[in-house]
Amino acid sequence: MAHARTSQPVLTARAAGLLGCRVCGRANPGDAHHCARCGGALSGPSGLQGVLAWLFAGLVVYIPANTYPMLRTSLLGHTTESTILGGAIDLAHHGSWGVAAIVFVASILIPVAKFAVIGYLALAVHRGWPLQGRTRFHLYEAVEFIGRWSMIDVFVVAILAALVRFNLAASIAPGIAAISFALSVVFTMLAALSFDPRLIWRAADKDTA
Amino acid sequence: MTQHAHQDLTDAALEDLIVCPACDALYRVPDVPIGGRGRCGRCGHSLAAPRKNAMARIVMLASTSLVLMTAAIFFPFIELSAGGMTRRSSVLDAALTFSQGITVPLALAVAAFIVVLPMIRLAAIVYALAPMSFGWHAAPYAKRAFRLAETLKPWAMAEIFVIGVAVALVKVAGLATVGLGTAFWALVLLVLVNILNDTFMCKLTLWRTLEHRSRS
Repeated sequence: MAHARTSQPVLTARAAGLLGCRVCGRANPGDAHHCARCGGALSGPSGLQGVLAWLFAGLVVYIPANTYPMLRTSLLGHTTESTILGGAIDLAHHGSWGVAAIVFVASILIPVAKFAVIGYLALAVHRGWPLQGRTRFHLYEAVEFIGRWSMIDVFVVAILAALVRFNLAASIAPGIAAISFALSVVFTMLAALSFDPRLIWRAADKDTA
Repeated sequence: MTQHAHQDLTDAALEDLIVCPACDALYRVPDVPIGGRGRCGRCGHSLAAPRKNAMARIVMLASTSLVLMTAAIFFPFIELSAGGMTRRSSVLDAALTFSQGITVPLALAVAAFIVVLPMIRLAAIVYALAPMSFGWHAAPYAKRAFRLAETLKPWAMAEIFVIGVAVALVKVAGLATVGLGTAFWALVLLVLVNILNDTFMCKLTLWRTLEHRSRS
């Protein structure tokens, strides 16, 4: 702890011929398959294939999530469909700037930033671009923490549809975009979860070495 | 924390080591005083944060959450009145909205995220830690249950649902008069309790305790 924020070489479990458990932190012999403490499966950092596969899947379903309607609102026989962006703009028109901002950040800004950051991290690790491990690690932590919050819009649609469903004057039904958007959030969460942060540090080790 | 380098390590020696889950740095198990926090010198990940009575507090907070969760599911969380008609909706209603046609998978996912997974996670925590908080040995499969709780952490989204309710409120405010029900406040409390719980949860310390109690 005394040498925080210095770039002096750090002894890693890998360098010592050990395998660290990512669940409970126990050091295991290098040839172990399951952690002796928690029983979790052990592995050295797996490659980036899993990350890229989930990321790509997330990107693909994010397209229909934006082009198809998220909400189908019927008001006195008149049906309007609104996409994710459309819904945020509507809110802004009604003067609810704060809520419009929440929707915009959660459903557009966060997903796009997440694609960019995960893609960037994967590329940086793959190519070994020079950058402080700490900066990259903070990016990773931010993405892992914030990714789940994109689900807000899906829940909003669920709540609205439940509330307004049986009222004859008005009804709200979820559109196909709700499914694609939920899938997109799940896929990018899986991409972030399958990214092993130890890879960032391994690349950083090479920088300083 | 001092670093440790030996080529041949016995099992007992391995137990005195701790590997940072985020960056793979190797340390000797630190001697952190109660209430203190030991962080990884390289990446800043929290490695040890022992708290007084942590076990008992976590179990109590998780049980509280379970009770609140049950209340949150069955009481209405939002009320909407328009044209003399009042409609109340519970969390269960919201989850089951998508139960027609192509939206069935979405119904299952929403139900899982806001009700099923948080419940399973809380139950697993209580099951794994409650016997130890009474000073007993760990329950059978306690490790497996605790591992499950860790895995489910990112997928339990009750707190995100609370924000969703707030956004939905603003959206229908133009159409009808809306009010918040009992369940909404139960959910808000639940979120606060969960945040409190996370501050007591030092994963790595809990795992070490779990290991010692299971063996003896």
